[in-house]
Amino acid sequence: MHETDMTRALILTLQDWWESQPEPPTISKVHLTVGNFTCVEPASLQFAFTVQTQNTFLAGAELVIRETPLIAFCHPCQKEYKPDIGVQYACPDCQSPMEDIRSGRELKINRLEYALLGQPQIQETL
Amino acid sequence: MHQTFDAALEINLLHANQDGADHNRAHFEEWGIVCVNLMSSPGAGKTQLLERTLQALNPECKMAVIEGDMTTELDAERLRQYGVPVIAINTGRACHLDSKMVAGGIHSLSHEHDPASLDLVWVENVGNLVCPAEFEVGEHAKVALLSVTEGEDKPLKYPIMFREADCLIITKTDLTPYLEIDLERIKANVRQVNPQVPIFAVSTKTLEGFEGWLQWVRQLIVQKGVCV
Ligand SMILES: Nc1nc2c(ncn2[C@@H]2O[C@H](COP(=O)(O)OP(=O)(O)OP(=O)(O)O)[C@@H](O)[C@H]2O)c(=O)[nH]1
Ligand SMILES: [Mg+2]
Ligand SMILES: [Zn+2]
Repeated sequence: MHETDMTRALILTLQDWWESQPEPPTISKVHLTVGNFTCVEPASLQFAFTVQTQNTFLAGAELVIRETPLIAFCHPCQKEYKPDIGVQYACPDCQSPMEDIRSGRELKINRLEYALLGQPQIQETL
Repeated sequence: MHQTFDAALEINLLHANQDGADHNRAHFEEWGIVCVNLMSSPGAGKTQLLERTLQALNPECKMAVIEGDMTTELDAERLRQYGVPVIAINTGRACHLDSKMVAGGIHSLSHEHDPASLDLVWVENVGNLVCPAEFEVGEHAKVALLSVTEGEDKPLKYPIMFREADCLIITKTDLTPYLEIDLERIKANVRQVNPQVPIFAVSTKTLEGFEGWLQWVRQLIVQKGVCV
């Protein structure tokens, strides 16, 4: 259920950008980074995005999601490791708890691809 | 062919929520209020912890509650009998509170009561182990609850909330004799993702371990420089 809210947050952010443009762009691709150590499931996000953008200024836009793995850094061992999500987060070599996270917490809108086609067909916002 | 352009945004997906949370926090600070966000799975004991805490700290500390019950006023009703302002936010089907909903709660609070006279605002989030941790509401501290009946593996399966928590309460410890559960194992699992978090094992039925939690709350208030 929360992917609906995440998608809404995403659409609202894109809407801010869209409305700030001098002439209404047609957005074709939205590039995101979603870490594996967040509460967002990329497949659910894709689905929610397709459903929720129907008949809006984002209709037909493609969501391109880059996933990043969970990577932690162990200070005693001075090295990075990949925790086994759901099973173990402590360092596999020395059992130190997961302190620093180097990757995996990202929830980011990186960039948009768009065209200027004059008036887009649908200009509905949320 | 149309030319395709690129726009670099490089912003957080939850940017708008984050802005709202900062705004809420600024209001709290202007009034000298510390805000605590209580999170857990459904039924872990958030409302009962609040009941005991309101009882214990009132009137030493001036408190109010923003209650995020899904559709009913049941939890709000339970808390009103302790003589503190309780604002119920109807969250509908939302599975967590967001900063906009809490802004609505703050708005009601500031109209119906004198916010500057308050020291502490409790936010009881919607019962859910997954999402609330990603949606800040303007709190100064996140408190996560985990009841002994939920099992030792929950911090490993739902790590984000336990990672983000500033304080963890293991609830319903009076039930441990009836379960095959190892409190130390729960603590160790939490510490795997959040090594420094203070952990209190509490029963709000027998009040075992409760004083440690109250001390943590008092310390938080002093730390934030209100209610001294
Ligand atoms: N034995 C025992 N029961 C408890 C304790 N804390 C809570 N309970 C019981 O657990 C049930 C749920 O407690 P609540 O306080 O309503 O839980 P909650 O987290 O607020 O629930 P939601 O708001 O619905 O998510 C109630 O029947 C409580 O009486 C405890 O320390 N010991
Ligand atoms: Mg409750
Ligand atoms: Zn190590």
